[in-house]
Amino acid sequence: MAKVRGAIDVDKELCKGCGVCITACPTHVIELAKQVNGKGYNYAYMENPEACIGCTNCAMVCPDSVITVYKITI
Amino acid sequence: MAAIEIKDIIKKENLVYGKTKILTDNIMHYCPGCSHGVIHKIVAEVIEELGIQEKTIGVSPVGCSVLAYNYLDIDWQQAAHGRAPALATATKRLLPDHYVFTYQGDGDLASIGTAEILHACNRGENITVIFVNNAIYGMTGGQMAPTTLMGMATATSPYGREAALHGYPLKITELIAQLPGVAYVTRQSVQTPAAVRKAKKAIKKGFENQDKKIGTSFIEIVSTCSSGWKLSPVDSNRWMEEHMFKFYPLGDLKDSERNSEEEYKKYIE
Ligand SMILES: Cc1ncc(C[n+]2csc(CCOP(=O)(O)OP(=O)(O)O)c2C)c(N)n1
Ligand code: SF4
Ligand code: SF4
Ligand code: SF4
Ligand SMILES: [Mg+2]
Repeated sequence: MAKVRGAIDVDKELCKGCGVCITACPTHVIELAKQVNGKGYNYAYMENPEACIGCTNCAMVCPDSVITVYKITI
Repeated sequence: MAAIEIKDIIKKENLVYGKTKILTDNIMHYCPGCSHGVIHKIVAEVIEELGIQEKTIGVSPVGCSVLAYNYLDIDWQQAAHGRAPALATATKRLLPDHYVFTYQGDGDLASIGTAEILHACNRGENITVIFVNNAIYGMTGGQMAPTTLMGMATATSPYGREAALHGYPLKITELIAQLPGVAYVTRQSVQTPAAVRKAKKAIKKGFENQDKKIGTSFIEIVSTCSSGWKLSPVDSNRWMEEHMFKFYPLGDLKDSERNSEEEYKKYIE
């Protein structure tokens, strides 16, 4: 059976750490970093990258359009 | 089998979703999690999908989204507070082959601009209205709006909105749906991926209706203002689902059967 793997690229300097992408992710991939970016926001990153299915949910709800989504079939 | 590394996935050929080119690279001034950002994005995506960048003119309001013209790479006008529908009327009448839309908050549309929106809709101007209802004046620091819910605390109703003192919240979208000039009225939201998809479809339909010349399309987006509501962005979305949707139920309020200018003329005669 074909399996998919996804990955997201968050522009961490432009992320505002709002967290709405975390709620939108069905597979609990995303968390906010303990560190902050140049603006002082705890930015989003893939805490569980293996779980990403490339569904684009996170990117769709991101108000600042800073998430890019990639997907491969294996 | 060798383990797949992230860098093997993050490659141009594997791209499934990225920022639309209609959005500029300007960093939005909106607070973290603000619905305005998501709504700007889906309007931009609709403009890209319809291929109408060169023919679209937005009219921005007074309110947090006054600077919308910095974020979508299209032509814009910026209206005095509440007057966007009047400016859009003139723009559309002068350039009828262009797609003209207003983008307005609830303070702008349902308070100071009540006359303009009601009359533009009643005249059936062939424009699209994007109405961002976050039940508060966001820009000026969270004062009560006509749309503020009963009991909701704001800077100017610190003990909560009371009918005797402040009047009842105004369902302006329901009023507008009564007007014969209006072709399409719907109420949407953007807090989940499913909601975003539906809202985007509604906005697309609103723009496509301009081709048919069948009257005004009015799309309300029930929204959050985490700064004005004094909640986190995620809690704001939850609060909106629990409280706002009860008073402002989502879905279509009107979808007229008319499909052409002839049908519209017959309808209003
Ligand atoms: C003629 C005039 N009156 C009042 C104001 C002050 N003012 C600026 S924005 C605003 C309300 C904005 O609220 P809304 O339309 O709901 O937009 P939001 O910021 O919530 O998106 C007001 C009253 C103004 N700029 N001009
Ligand atoms: S939704 Fe966007 S801005 Fe908000 S935390 Fe996620 S990546 Fe950052
Ligand atoms: S693409 Fe889907 S699975 Fe991957 S992080 Fe985003 S929401 Fe989660
Ligand atoms: S004040 Fe409210 S409406 Fe304005 S940008 Fe902040 S969250 Fe958005
Ligand atoms: Mg408002």
